Amino acid sequence: MSLDVTLQTDPGAISSDPVEEARRQIEICNACRYCEGFCSVFPAITRQKVFTDGDITQLANLCHNCRGCYYACQYTAPHEFDLNLPAALASARAESWERFAWPGGLADVFQRKGTALAAALVVGCAMMFMAVAALPGEGEGFYAYLGHTAMVLIFLPAFLLPLAAIVVGLRRYWAETGGTTVTMADLHDAAKSAATLKNLDGGQGQGCNFEVEERFSDERRMAHQAVMWGFLMCFASTASATILHYVFATPAPYGFFSVPKLLGVPGGILLTLGCAGLLVLKGKADPALGTPKRASGEWAFVWLLGFVALSGLLLYALRESVLTGPLLALHLGSVLTFFLLTPYSKMAHGFYRFAALVREAQDRRAS
Amino acid sequence: MNDVVALASEDWDIVIAGGGNAALCAAIEAAERGAKVLILEGAPKPYRGGNSRHTRNFRCMHHGDLGPLVETYDEAEFFDDLLRVTKGETDEALARMCIRTSEECLPWMQAHGVRFQPSLAGTLSLDRTNAFFLGGGKALVNAYYLAAQDLGVRVLYEAQVKHVGIEGARATHLEVEIGGITRNIHARAFVLASGGFQGDIDWLARAWGESARNFLIRGTPYNRGVVLKDMLDQGAHSVGDPTQCHAVAIDGRAPKYDGGIVTRLDCVPFSVVVNRNAERFYDEGEDVWPKRYAIWGRLVAAQPEQVAYSIIDARSIDLFMPSVYPPISAGTIPELAAKLDLPAEKLQATIAEFNASCRPGDFHPQQLDGLATEGLTPAKTNWARPIEEAPFYAYSLRPGVTFTYLGLKVNDRARVTGPEGPYENVWSAGEMMAGSILGQGYLAGFGMTIGTVFGRIAGQEAAAHVA
Repeated sequence: MSLDVTLQTDPGAISSDPVEEARRQIEICNACRYCEGFCSVFPAITRQKVFTDGDITQLANLCHNCRGCYYACQYTAPHEFDLNLPAALASARAESWERFAWPGGLADVFQRKGTALAAALVVGCAMMFMAVAALPGEGEGFYAYLGHTAMVLIFLPAFLLPLAAIVVGLRRYWAETGGTTVTMADLHDAAKSAATLKNLDGGQGQGCNFEVEERFSDERRMAHQAVMWGFLMCFASTASATILHYVFATPAPYGFFSVPKLLGVPGGILLTLGCAGLLVLKGKADPALGTPKRASGEWAFVWLLGFVALSGLLLYALRESVLTGPLLALHLGSVLTFFLLTPYSKMAHGFYRFAALVREAQDRRAS
Repeated sequence: MNDVVALASEDWDIVIAGGGNAALCAAIEAAERGAKVLILEGAPKPYRGGNSRHTRNFRCMHHGDLGPLVETYDEAEFFDDLLRVTKGETDEALARMCIRTSEECLPWMQAHGVRFQPSLAGTLSLDRTNAFFLGGGKALVNAYYLAAQDLGVRVLYEAQVKHVGIEGARATHLEVEIGGITRNIHARAFVLASGGFQGDIDWLARAWGESARNFLIRGTPYNRGVVLKDMLDQGAHSVGDPTQCHAVAIDGRAPKYDGGIVTRLDCVPFSVVVNRNAERFYDEGEDVWPKRYAIWGRLVAAQPEQVAYSIIDARSIDLFMPSVYPPISAGTIPELAAKLDLPAEKLQATIAEFNASCRPGDFHPQQLDGLATEGLTPAKTNWARPIEEAPFYAYSLRPGVTFTYLGLKVNDRARVTGPEGPYENVWSAGEMMAGSILGQGYLAGFGMTIGTVFGRIAGQEAAAHVA
């Protein structure tokens, strides 16, 4: 019967601290509950009466920024409660990624400063130009410009080190949000929600309010689906090529009717179009409902991801031309930058969002 | 501003005073019948929709499952529920028509963009009678504005209707203040749907008494009854007790206006409630809270300074929906009294007397448990458990006004009656005429039923008039 009411805040006391402010707004939502049908965040709120810092982190990462609750809210400004839950949760969310990132400090820079991301891209591409120029080629296709051994020596650590950093961050997330042992059922629920972007469908399939204010639209979900599935197909393409290389002793280049190309080309097109769509929608959306102080880093990240996809497609389209060398350096440079910045850019959201969906599946089952 | 000048000088088929649920239903119906419609909303755009912004459901008759509603809720049961809360203060013919029409309204609402959701957590008892809006009343209001806009309806915000120009049995124009300038807007028919007068504290104080100045207004500050008063001054027939408002007990720290749903406080049945003199004044455990919160609005209104304090102990803090305001806590009763600025000795004596009159028995927070005090006046007849386990918690209570009962008398076609019989071209809908049906008390979700039914009728009739 004990309830730690000291966790409760004064609904009128607007705070500059992201976690405190999110808690203030969540408490108001919990006393209202009109938005229960929009997404997973509100049913999760109603399971509790007071909210620890870990609860706030979990709710913040569960929110997909569909904005349905903002446009339906009777307490948005100029009301004195000044609710803007999408922005409050986005702020607490971005702050949590910066807190969990390892090593600390890097996420603060790359989430907040698009110019830092752009600079990293320039450095990444320059390094690849130098590598192409300095290191010997060995074999056919792209390997004529940069040998397979060199590629592995550059990209294996560039892939594994950020992955290790993500694991550290996720463990911190799990500890803070009180996660328990993950079961297959948890993963199933989370994967289903992520695969369909259930939390962007408005609760009834009508879509979200991201770029059209009070109206509902499914465009953001579609664009994000293109990005997510396009990305996964590109990733699968690379993985399949690795398997072909090592298991079946079939090194690149591959013809169009090969697994890597059949995954990679459509994946690249989807990813390019999806990123373009997200940029257009982001341009239409109200920035006041997005993540405070992270807009420049978010814009830069979508451009970077789009550039990775587009440069990859161009590289394939213009293969065996005078542009192959420079395009290879640009593409590999952008991939290198993208990999290395994964734990410290908006890309981290994919991992934390999935963790939040797993955590939500656990909580829902326990209640 | 050019837009305002252009819109204000056009000749409209129908001009609607008000921008809430009833006004929007009227606008949509009229525009679908080809009428050229202008809505005059007194509030700025973020506050559009009047009290509809704060609503959450629609009470609806139905036979078998309908939308989110389950089983059956027929006319007889619906009317019985209405009779019980109004104690007979209703117009039976009008009420029955409203109840019967509600059934066809739900699909109409869905067809015009309103989305429903299953009953909210903690409101399961209403899943047969009340259809909940996804996102609440503001989402409904948004959907209707979009539907109206798509039909070509135009809207002027911050447009305060000051006067209805009437010649004989016909209204000719509305005098409207927009941006400090008063303009006459002409039309061939008018729908008045601009609510009651609960936002006008001076009027409340004149009607109820000076104590009304300490009341909180749960809804919009823009319902000041200007159009209602103007019509009554011109001899329009009225219904409803002009001195009465519907008030419930809410958290005393709520905003003066627009606190809405989150200011509700559900702890009274598990508490001891005292006034400024640290004296109890009513049976806190008379019935479950949803059946008593309106009575407590009046009870608190009758106490000194229109304030009361609900006191619980550690055992009860987790028994009710979370309040949006943190409780005032203390380790001892005198300490709590100091924080509340109540006479400490008196409070201690009141709590001690209450505790001494509690009897052993089983405590069941979810039902009437009959755990009553003995030899105490006033008695607490359920959930009477000693207040003895620290920490002790208190919430302040004040009356929160929901709506006023005084309204325009309408017939079953929503037409308003003037000194010489029904007006030829004036209709009214929503809170502005709800007193015809809801003469006393309140039935959850019924305000939206009245607004939807009469709003749609007013729009249809006005459109037929100008066709």
